[in-house]
Amino acid sequence: MADSTLHVELVAADRTVWSGEAKTIVARTVEGDIGVLPGHAPVLSLLVDGVVEIDTADGETWIAAVEGGFLSIADDRVSILSEDAQMSHEIDIEKAKADVAEAEADGLDSEEAQERLQRAQAKVRAVERAG
Amino acid sequence: MAASLREYRARIRSTQATKKITRAMELIAASRIIKAQQQATAAAPYARELTRAVSAVATFSNVDHPLTTEAENPTRAAVLVVTSDRGLAGAYSSAVLKEAERLAEKLRGEGKEIDLYVTGRKALQYFNFRQRPLVESWTGFSDKPAYENAREIGNTLVASFNTDADDTEAEHPERAVDELHIVFTRFKSMLVQTPDVIRLLPLEVVEGEEQPEEGEVLPLYEFEPSPSEVLDALLPQYVNSRIYFCLLQAAASELAARQRAMKSATDNAEDLIQKYTRIANQARQAGITQEISEIVGGASALADATAGSE
Repeated sequence: MADSTLHVELVAADRTVWSGEAKTIVARTVEGDIGVLPGHAPVLSLLVDGVVEIDTADGETWIAAVEGGFLSIADDRVSILSEDAQMSHEIDIEKAKADVAEAEADGLDSEEAQERLQRAQAKVRAVERAG
Repeated sequence: MAASLREYRARIRSTQATKKITRAMELIAASRIIKAQQQATAAAPYARELTRAVSAVATFSNVDHPLTTEAENPTRAAVLVVTSDRGLAGAYSSAVLKEAERLAEKLRGEGKEIDLYVTGRKALQYFNFRQRPLVESWTGFSDKPAYENAREIGNTLVASFNTDADDTEAEHPERAVDELHIVFTRFKSMLVQTPDVIRLLPLEVVEGEEQPEEGEVLPLYEFEPSPSEVLDALLPQYVNSRIYFCLLQAAASELAARQRAMKSATDNAEDLIQKYTRIANQARQAGITQEISEIVGGASALADATAGSE
């Protein structure tokens, strides 16, 4: 399996964000970070708001921010599904930073505010990692 | 005669103006259908993968989830009616509303109370006019629904479904529903759209359209953190995705219905213009004929008079 690749589909609710061949994928699940190489056992795992890193077969690295969702791996096919996913170059960094500031200013009492903060932070992280 | 000629010309002009408007609406609807179809195609991979995942969990675990469990004695059903915001789409909205009434009748016959949820201004007007209480309504996105809209609707509906009827502490104890039906218009082709009802909850995971192919063996997944938690997270998303699918279908249907209605309006306007043009021409001819006969009559009367005096 050494020279095989993963077929990846990163799908948001209303569009396919990225699809192609990849060597490795790193994503953050509720259990912690997971790294996927070709030949991985079938897994269906929940993702948290965070960053997904895809190393493509051509040696490029793509970073995406996802908003929850899940990851399924089977037969070297990886599907990453999220209600909202954005590639790093699609993210409006100024807006994401503003969102972080706003969410922090709102206080973190409610669950909702914390979720908002996490989402915004994930976007900022994605851009910084890619940059 | 001249007065009526002017009248006909005015009518022709106003029909021409109407025709321009309906023609423009027809073209706009036609171009938007393509967009709506693209949106539906773009949403398909998500729905497909989600269905695969849900059926994988359902197959390999015997987890009972409130969203998939049939109520023993269903007493309350929620009905989501998807209509358009604007008219001028032929019988589009009224067909959906008729279907909704039929479903409501059937559910009432089964002894269930009905909670109405609607999207689209047309349904809102319809039920408000009849003073029928609506639990919740959403408007403003009928011809280009975003996933956000579906998510909002889905969250509301799932919340009402999850409310336990026995739990009097619940925020809205009166809202605990046992079933959820959606009435929407299925886009079969550019020419055929039919109102349709699907029962969304309790979930029957295997749905006609996005079913994985026959003979495809689902891999033996490991679930992290656990099958029940994965299902907990997946099912609401699945519901949202189904609702999004319905909204997209309804949007495409609405635009197709509007295109057709506007096409026939334009055709009618053309017929009318032709008819009025003929009548106007006739009136003009009649006017000319009359003028000639008046001149001829006048001239011969004058000739007679001079002949008589000589």
